Amino acid sequence: MHIPDGYLSPSTCAVMYAASAPCWWVALRRTRRKLFGRTLPLLSLFAAFSFVTMMFNLPLPGGTTGHAIGVGIAAIVLGPWASLLAISLALAIQALFFGDGGITTLGANCFNMAIAGSFAAWGIYRLVSLGSAAESKRRVVAAALAGYGAINLSALLAAIEFGIQPMLFHDATGAPLYAPYSLSVAIPAMMAGHLTIAGAAEAVMSAGLFSYLRRNEPALVGISAQAHLERAPRKLWGALAVVLLLTPLGILATGAAWGEWAAKDFASTSGRAEIAAASGNAAAPVAAPQGLARLANLWTAPLPDYAPHFVKSAAFGYMLSAMFGVGLILAIVWLAMRWLQPAAESKQ
Amino acid sequence: MNVISKTVRGFSKALGRTLISEQSARERGLLQSLDPRVKLVGLLALVTTAALARRLPVMAGLLALGVVLALASRLSVWSLAKRVWLVAFAFTAMIAFPALFLTPGITVYKLGGLAITAQGAKSALLLIARVEAAVTLSTLLVLTTPWMHLLKALRTLMVPVEVIALLAMTHRYVVLLTETANAMFESRQSRMVGTLSGHDQRRLMVNTGGVLMSKTLELGNEVFLAMQARGFRGEVRLIADFRMRAWDYVAMTGFAAAVVVGVVAGR
Repeated sequence: MHIPDGYLSPSTCAVMYAASAPCWWVALRRTRRKLFGRTLPLLSLFAAFSFVTMMFNLPLPGGTTGHAIGVGIAAIVLGPWASLLAISLALAIQALFFGDGGITTLGANCFNMAIAGSFAAWGIYRLVSLGSAAESKRRVVAAALAGYGAINLSALLAAIEFGIQPMLFHDATGAPLYAPYSLSVAIPAMMAGHLTIAGAAEAVMSAGLFSYLRRNEPALVGISAQAHLERAPRKLWGALAVVLLLTPLGILATGAAWGEWAAKDFASTSGRAEIAAASGNAAAPVAAPQGLARLANLWTAPLPDYAPHFVKSAAFGYMLSAMFGVGLILAIVWLAMRWLQPAAESKQ
Repeated sequence: MNVISKTVRGFSKALGRTLISEQSARERGLLQSLDPRVKLVGLLALVTTAALARRLPVMAGLLALGVVLALASRLSVWSLAKRVWLVAFAFTAMIAFPALFLTPGITVYKLGGLAITAQGAKSALLLIARVEAAVTLSTLLVLTTPWMHLLKALRTLMVPVEVIALLAMTHRYVVLLTETANAMFESRQSRMVGTLSGHDQRRLMVNTGGVLMSKTLELGNEVFLAMQARGFRGEVRLIADFRMRAWDYVAMTGFAAAVVVGVVAGR
């Protein structure tokens, strides 16, 4: 997944450096206050540790071996900001010193593995372990899923970066100038290895190291994670309330979202004109595709188009739909937690 | 070969490469004699030129320039071919090969039921040539510059001083932790009779990783205390003892000319 020099166009590399730079800046700012205390050696050593564990050959079921990045455990122990710095440092050393991954593509590699990977791992770990006891098995599963999800998100991002190259950069005869495969080839090719071998290696390493740390260094994964969990809900509730209040902004957008057309949109001239305008002026068919027409009425939504029929104000209807949706998700999560929690606690 | 042997071999190779680059950076060659800032900016600009180029002759020219610079810097071309060109070629060719058939275009040759297209062949060649040129030039930078000089030179690219301090420490401990992990695996291997099952091998690898992490954290505390004992109060100072000489200005002009020619001819 370490993209070497030459696979991505310079403009893609520049965009990926530009996308990574603010994250590095914020991460440095957030850790700067502590950086020259205990954090300086801790970050450096964790980066070095990640680098060394990337060289471990992990035997996997089926007789093959894989390598882990270590982003899952880094995000759980250090938090996402320090983790993105530590993994970026490891990737920079690999690129600059060992030629593993390019220098022009370092921004893309850091974005995929260090930044997106750290936040994905941290988010998954927190979500899955939410409300669980420090000793519950759910946390080990959460660590495994964090590693697995993070490496697969990183692989997906790398595949997208590869896959857009032939669309954007080709010569007059159509020959791709950089990575030659379109998204339809790049994504399956990249994900096949990561959903199986690399994902399994990361999951095994994250879960194994998490279990080890919980046994031997509990403060690193137990107490700090607990503190996170206690602090997080208040902030999350606040953010959720703000987002709910802002939902009516959605009705400011005009036209239908691309690919979300109804069967009736194909029947009207104005509907076809909207579809064509959103599709690079490619003419829309005069009738809805057969499959779409057949399946369109399979399910009738109780709140179609986020506009309950009993509410007259569109903005209020939109907000009410958002609240209903959020409430439904919370109820499902609450029920799932009620179902999982006793099982985890009874085993302790 | 079992996983322990494979991992130990990987560590040995990494440590070997560290030693080789430290050794070659101390040779008395062309690139070694340059100011690291000129070399860093110049070679990075050439790597970017290779990435920008859209014509095969330009990429071949950049690769040839890399070979000339390697020879002038007393680097072994055989070693470069073995460690860099062959590895990059094998990896890139494996990725580029299906493009011969998958890229739509004019058929130039039929191989069984598969058609090789002109566009596919051009795309594969461009990719391989670009990767070879870029990898050669970036390897020259690493092989001819001591790590600390390279880090100090990063200041010219406005990399914050904290990041340079972090990179310097990380590199130092990469070497130390690689040696530690190597020793741990070797000691385990020397006590092993017979073969381990897949489950036991996984347990062994993960537990070794855990112990390494414990050692890492302990070392982190020790390093912090040692830094405090030496009077470290949170400020990093880099001694910027680089001085530009006439020769460096000549080299800078040479790099600039190569970049301009490469960018213009490569369009």
